[in-house]
Amino acid sequence: MASPSTRGAAIDLRSVSKHYGSFIALDEVSLRIEPGEFMTLLGPSGSGKTTTLNIIAGFTEVSSGSLDVGGKSVIGVPAHKRNIGVVFQHYALFPHMTVSRNVAYPLTLRGIANPGREARVHKALDMVKMTDFGHRFPSELSGGQQQRVALARAIVFDPPLLLMDEPLGALDKKLREWLQLEIKRIHRELGTTFVYVTHDQEEALVLSNRIAVFNQGRIEQVGTGRQLYDEPETLFVAKFVGDSTILRGAPSTSGDETAIDIAGRKVTTAKRLPGGAKPAMLLRPEKLSLVRRGKGGQDQNILPGRIGEAIYLGSGSKYEVVLADTSKAIVRSTLDAETFAIGDEVDLIFAGSDVKLLADDEKADLNQT
Amino acid sequence: MKLPGRILLGLFCLLVAVWLIAPTIVVVPMSFNDKKSLAFPPSGFSWQWYQNFFTNPEWSASLVSSLKVAVVTAVFATVIGTLAAFGLDRMKSRVSGVLRALLITPMVVPGVVLAVGIYAVYLDTQLVGTMTGFVLAHTMLAVPFVIIAVSASLEVFDKRLETAAASLGATQLTAFRTVTLPLIAPGILSGLLFAFVTSFDEIIVALFITSPYLKTLPVQIFSSITRDADPTVAAVGTLLFIATSLVIGAGLLIGSRQGKR
Repeated sequence: MASPSTRGAAIDLRSVSKHYGSFIALDEVSLRIEPGEFMTLLGPSGSGKTTTLNIIAGFTEVSSGSLDVGGKSVIGVPAHKRNIGVVFQHYALFPHMTVSRNVAYPLTLRGIANPGREARVHKALDMVKMTDFGHRFPSELSGGQQQRVALARAIVFDPPLLLMDEPLGALDKKLREWLQLEIKRIHRELGTTFVYVTHDQEEALVLSNRIAVFNQGRIEQVGTGRQLYDEPETLFVAKFVGDSTILRGAPSTSGDETAIDIAGRKVTTAKRLPGGAKPAMLLRPEKLSLVRRGKGGQDQNILPGRIGEAIYLGSGSKYEVVLADTSKAIVRSTLDAETFAIGDEVDLIFAGSDVKLLADDEKADLNQT
Repeated sequence: MKLPGRILLGLFCLLVAVWLIAPTIVVVPMSFNDKKSLAFPPSGFSWQWYQNFFTNPEWSASLVSSLKVAVVTAVFATVIGTLAAFGLDRMKSRVSGVLRALLITPMVVPGVVLAVGIYAVYLDTQLVGTMTGFVLAHTMLAVPFVIIAVSASLEVFDKRLETAAASLGATQLTAFRTVTLPLIAPGILSGLLFAFVTSFDEIIVALFITSPYLKTLPVQIFSSITRDADPTVAAVGTLLFIATSLVIGAGLLIGSRQGKR
């Protein structure tokens, strides 16, 4: 086995489009994935992330554009010649074969005979901690166990690239969280390039080196989890990654300052949105604080509201605050902060410097899932 | 349900069961009759009609012919029917519905109509009374049964397994051989059995295209019973009843073991 750093393949998608009749599933998508990187394709259903994965796997042909894997074009290369491991949401284990035979399948196809084959099957099963289950049939395993076997089957032939299509989508939360850590560990140990499709932003944040956010057949933004959270480039990304409060209203600018009028109350920030787009204000939950109505907040932006929902999280509380214009703000507070009950009249306080200005996009609301 | 209701339901079920199998069961005692008549109940006990079936060359020859025709037919029909079912399953266009209906027609068209047509063609092509003629006609009749049986198992087959096989390095043919075929095997097997039985007990077409030199068992039974009331017919019936029961029983057993997995 080669050293981890050289084992992963780079992927280069350039202006890849996919049309089904008049429907555009992918629209000029370009994305470079570095060798050994854990890249997550994140987006709502129908955003093109699975289409992209299927194109890389060779299950779907591109309508136009180019695709290189490991420095070579794979356009027109059938799936069975690409040597790429794929893990499916529905496990796709062969029900008539035992766990061992399932994992041995890709090795048998490659003409690898015993005893080498058996050793590699054992090693792959060991990696996913399923060595005791070799003689079982898939139907005798739980969902999580089946997916671990599927993972072993996809890595047993040492592919330079592993694709995963919502592999944990059918599992319950506890198991999902545990398997996320397992997948992270396996990625670290193998050094293979991983491309992971999910609609779960938390999962994307836990797993990935970088995340590509898909929306309506396009990539909205590519970046680390922190970049997407702190510096979202579009309203869609802001709303899809992490909790967010979006303030909208009649905007006005003077000098370097932008103000937005929310039901008669002005909030300001010393920032300006370049270009002529209508600005909206984005605030992450930890940038907002709450006080009882009229109890503070000089020199800061103040918006009156009423507690619509109060959720105790253990490590703190999360509040949904209904503002005067009926829009909702999400606030997270720490344990030692003052607590509020549903219906309490409060003031929402934030500093102008914590505001992120983004171009307002009505469509971003419709695409939330 | 209250007790009287349950008893009533039980009695009714028993009645239906008796009604369904009585005609078959009646044959069994008749086959042991000691006189040369198809009387029920029989007047005495003897094995002579079984003996006659196995020693009289007319009977044994027809059994052998029937078995030959049925085996060859079953093999041909299974291969053709399986390929057709697979093709229909993978066809994307709406033509597949029309094609499927077309392939099923031999099952729907009245047997006599088919028989007349086949007879007319066979007269011109000298196929009457030949092995080839029987196999051709019976294969046509048996293919629909195979298509239906195999289609049913393709319906529940998860095609995504083929995609998975492709991702692991299998060509389409390898994926079919190693994944699809083993998983639809029960459907193919039941298609094979249906095809065999369809040919083995086919009488209408057989009556038209038979000749003194090539008679299948159903033809022999028919001519024997119309000529004289030979209780050998009852003996044959009993043997066939036992044979089919064993085959069906084995089929159910295999099926239930597959189902447990």
